[in-house]
Amino acid sequence: MKTYTGMLRIRFAAGMQYRAAALGGLVTQFFWGGFEILLYAALYQNGAPQSITFAQLTSYTWLRQAFLALLFSLFFDADIFASIEQGGLAYELCRPADLYALWFSRTAAGRLSNAVLRCGPILIVAALLPAPYGLMLPPSLAAFAAFVLSLALSWLVGVANCMLVYVICCHTLSPRGVRRIATSVVSFFSGEMIPIPFFPPVMRNVLIYLPFGAGANMPLRVYSGNIAGTEALTGIALQVFWLVALVLLGHLLLGRVLRRVQLQGG
Amino acid sequence: MLYLRFLSMHLRAQMQYKSSFVMLLVSQFVMTMGAAAGVYFLYLQFGEIEGFAFPEVILCFAVILMGFSIAECFFYGLDSFPALLRRAEFDRVLCRPRGALYQVLCSTVEIYRLASLLQGIIMLAYALPASGVHWTPERCAVLGGMVLGGASIFAALFLTYGAICFFTTEGIEFFNIFTFGGREFGRYPFSIYGKWALRFFTFIVPLACVQYYPLCYILDRTPNPAWALTPLAAQLFWLPAASLWRLGIRRYRSTGS
Repeated sequence: MKTYTGMLRIRFAAGMQYRAAALGGLVTQFFWGGFEILLYAALYQNGAPQSITFAQLTSYTWLRQAFLALLFSLFFDADIFASIEQGGLAYELCRPADLYALWFSRTAAGRLSNAVLRCGPILIVAALLPAPYGLMLPPSLAAFAAFVLSLALSWLVGVANCMLVYVICCHTLSPRGVRRIATSVVSFFSGEMIPIPFFPPVMRNVLIYLPFGAGANMPLRVYSGNIAGTEALTGIALQVFWLVALVLLGHLLLGRVLRRVQLQGG
Repeated sequence: MLYLRFLSMHLRAQMQYKSSFVMLLVSQFVMTMGAAAGVYFLYLQFGEIEGFAFPEVILCFAVILMGFSIAECFFYGLDSFPALLRRAEFDRVLCRPRGALYQVLCSTVEIYRLASLLQGIIMLAYALPASGVHWTPERCAVLGGMVLGGASIFAALFLTYGAICFFTTEGIEFFNIFTFGGREFGRYPFSIYGKWALRFFTFIVPLACVQYYPLCYILDRTPNPAWALTPLAAQLFWLPAASLWRLGIRRYRSTGS
């Protein structure tokens, strides 16, 4: 266990070095969040849908931008891909550690350090924006507590998803296409193109029970009270379930792939 | 022509890995389909945006998508330009008896990105009749001008990005706002984002000139026929882009070899 927490700490420290990159990223994210909100403001002039109010949606958007690195499905560890593609995998296999746990902690740390660097300024500025456009306070302390718990779970579910993509890449020799297909499908159904509340009702109700709904969707909606009460509790329970299921699946598949892995180069 | 030789070389090289090529094509398709489905879902929910009906927005979406994919396919060398600079390979480029930009463009052509062009055509096949526009030759010409003008503006944006890399060496993330952000938010006419956003995308980065203004002309929403010509006027954007590139080359200092 110590190995993996050590890995987490090292990666976290390394990630914290990229402050200038984080600053550039901040500008991008403000712009992105701002334009999304302008788009939805134009849409909401035709009447708000029942599934989510405008104030809830703006909080959703800003929180998503603030914690993008924790929540975004496409956030991988580039070194891991490089090691798969260029044969560095051989070294990784020599290490006296469980590869799944090693990669898991590495990816988790990369996401965390990135989010820690970026979330502060976005949260502060978003909270200062005028009422329907800014980040609102959570309706209750319970909602906030549920948000924090759910955010942590989304972070781990996201990493477990990444692990599956790494496994696929170990399996195929040309990982780029597969990776892009996998991520765009996951990204779409997780509500990264448009939030899940805007999906047609049938799809919405199905997606909630799938791993897609257990990602970014849950904390972002729990925060504003868009999902509350027993619904929120069920949601968090589902997140725990999917986390365990995805980790077990990933662990199993990685073990199977590694039994007959082909190394590229040396 | 040398460029055609390079083009056929890239095509043959990428076709060597057929399944990989097909996968990339499919991935490009899936990505854009997701975006289109997103627009469709929003329309199911809201009905219209600022007076633009669904086929009209699809028209706008298709134009931007086609423009972007043409630019991305042929100007991708500039998108990966920071890597070239960091490896100091640009030194070699400067030694050869051809234009620097020309060589950078020859270095990478990502053909699978044209999958989006095909998708744009499919969208047009839906939107052209569905929008209820009476397609006179002038309107068709304006539509063509929007696509080509869009490709040209995105190309100029990629060039600006490359030029900035001369000064920063590192690729800068915030420039994505203009390129990828332009594609992302350009799906809808820029007017819906409000007055300031429209001004920004008219006078600073003239992407609205290849979608909102000519679209209004095509849809008969403007009394001013000059709006049909905005895709041409937008080409002024090449002036600062090209001079920045020149300045960058003059100021270029190698990162070592």
